[in-house]
Amino acid sequence: MAVDHIITKRFNIVDAHTLDGYLASGGYRGLRRALEMVPSDVHEEVKTASLLGRGGAGFPAGVKWGFCPPGVWPRYLVVNGDESEPGTYKDRLLMERDPHQLIEGCLIASYALGLSQCFLYVRGEMAEAQERVAAALNEAYEAGYIGKNICGTDFSVDIVLHWGAGAYIVGEETALLESLEGRRGMPRLKPPAFPASFGLYGKPTIVNNVETLSNLPWIIEHGGAAFAELGGEQSTGTRMFAVSGHVKRPGVYEVEFGVTTFREIIYADEYAGGIAGGRELKCFIPGGASAPWFYEEHLDLPLDKATVDQAGSMLGSGAIVVMDETTDAVAACHNLVRFFARESCGKCTPCREGTAWMEQILSRVLHRQARPDDLDLLLDICDNISPGFAWPPKMTTICPLGPSAVSPVISALGRFKDEFETYIAQSQARPRIPVASG
Amino acid sequence: MSRFIDENLRLAREIIARYPKPRSAMIPLLHLAQEQNGYVPQDAMEEVAELVGVSSAEVLGTLSFYEMFKQIQPGRYQVNICHGISCFLCGAGELLSHAEEKLGIKSGGTTPDGMFSLEAVECIAACTEAPALQVNYRYSHRSTSEGFDELVDALAAGDRTDIPEHGILATVRQRIPSERAAGASSPDVSEVPVWLGEG
Ligand SMILES: Cc1cc2nc3c(=O)[nH]c(=O)nc-3n(C[C@H](O)[C@H](O)[C@H](O)COP(=O)(O)O)c2cc1C
Ligand code: SF4
Ligand code: FES
Repeated sequence: MAVDHIITKRFNIVDAHTLDGYLASGGYRGLRRALEMVPSDVHEEVKTASLLGRGGAGFPAGVKWGFCPPGVWPRYLVVNGDESEPGTYKDRLLMERDPHQLIEGCLIASYALGLSQCFLYVRGEMAEAQERVAAALNEAYEAGYIGKNICGTDFSVDIVLHWGAGAYIVGEETALLESLEGRRGMPRLKPPAFPASFGLYGKPTIVNNVETLSNLPWIIEHGGAAFAELGGEQSTGTRMFAVSGHVKRPGVYEVEFGVTTFREIIYADEYAGGIAGGRELKCFIPGGASAPWFYEEHLDLPLDKATVDQAGSMLGSGAIVVMDETTDAVAACHNLVRFFARESCGKCTPCREGTAWMEQILSRVLHRQARPDDLDLLLDICDNISPGFAWPPKMTTICPLGPSAVSPVISALGRFKDEFETYIAQSQARPRIPVASG
Repeated sequence: MSRFIDENLRLAREIIARYPKPRSAMIPLLHLAQEQNGYVPQDAMEEVAELVGVSSAEVLGTLSFYEMFKQIQPGRYQVNICHGISCFLCGAGELLSHAEEKLGIKSGGTTPDGMFSLEAVECIAACTEAPALQVNYRYSHRSTSEGFDELVDALAAGDRTDIPEHGILATVRQRIPSERAAGASSPDVSEVPVWLGEG
């Protein structure tokens, strides 16, 4: 399908990351347009675009912006560039290849909402993204696009590049704010800590993902209505999806949102090109490690938020991980659970203890040292973290990380229970191994 | 002593001034300390504590939460091999075993000559380029065993000048020219932004 690329349109321009390259390809036109408008009209355009957040939760940006309580100042913008959900790879590309587009997006948001300072929180492990963004910021400051009296107007805002230091949970928006305040990145209890009303230093704060903000220059230049015309009814515009795992052409593809199907993006030649080695599909994760798995029967669903939610999973952070028939479901499940066990911040008991226990049990199964009732124990722990295994999950925890660890277990056990049972049947029962030993 | 050298102290003050509250500069300052020393020594933590106005226990509390900060000197080259789901599906396990054999250390270890540290890490946002690894946070995509050997040999021979030693995170830093700065926005000063007008 021939769709105009919005956010990746400069990816094949070699010098797009420099100010010259950016300006030569139409850069900062959205900002100039915004500066000719009243701020509230800029906000209206974003509402009209019905731009869904690209960081995971998929909440409409324009609506979220509206949650800033009137008359409370200052307000801050925090850009979530912590990208660490397994399978997710798009924000780093946007920062490396087109950093000015992100900067322009930050400026447009700041102008629209009266945000008086912006913090660009970039994952620490991304040295090149840090360098590209820093260089772009330096150029944009020199050229008068950031800082005092932007483009000669009375609009002034600083954008501060902030280095992260490695912790997945910091991607959760309230943990991000804790980290930005110089603390351990542990999520805050919501309510009261909805960032739009109680965010950085307790002030109204907009937290948006890198990809979300990168859409703003196009939206303001072409209008929210033009954006909303692209894509599906609610899932508007285009969106980046990383297709990884057992496919012929793993890659990051920008496609029309809400229209393109999983079958197309996984199998079509212009996208991932099908399963590598001519093998069969076993299952795929539609939206990053936290998402319940999909199977053959889901292939014809469109990449549409509402549809995927209804089918019992989520598009999350745009990360499609494909597993072929040779994949060991127990090993894949263990791999995903280990991730959450390692990344749990430790603030709530069901997550801190539960994910660690789950990892140990799965590791025991995988090493053929399982006990006969291990699967029951596993389900019992899952039920303690996410009662009833509902979708969207019910939670006994402060943030969704704990319930995320439950997704792969319920998926793998639901579909491939026989593989677990085979491991257990082959196990030399060693019932004396303590579950929670180091 | 590993307190900040003059240039870094000046930089540290500049960074602190960008934030509405000094404590927000803690992580960037710890990166600066790690850049100067290759890790964050005790007296560096104390100095960061003084600079941002908290106790050194609080600095340790924050620092110990984040994986990138090292409290003991790692190898000159920190080799991080991703074992996240996409890399796992594409052979990260074999790559890691090969790396352990090539370097003669287990994941989590450092070679006796202090050149290499090896770690299995979680997803590093290169999933479509699996298996992925980083050396001092510089990427190698679609790594093979042969490619790994070449990389390690080149590093050992000093041929990879594009990869700075451990601690140096980014070779380009943000500069905010003072005449262009809008200034940090204090949470304690409630002012309607001028461009919104009176309404
Ligand atoms: C455990 C966890 C990790 C998250 N990691 C990220 C992340 O790395 N990047 C991101 O943009 N959002 C992440 N999110 C979602 C953020 O909390 C938040 O919803 C998002 O940044 C808001 O931006 P958006 O509305 O533009 O999507 C994470 C959420 C959770 C619960
Ligand atoms: S659910 Fe897990 S990661 Fe989230 S706050 Fe609780 S302990 Fe921390
Ligand atoms: S899983 Fe290895 S880079 Fe994402």
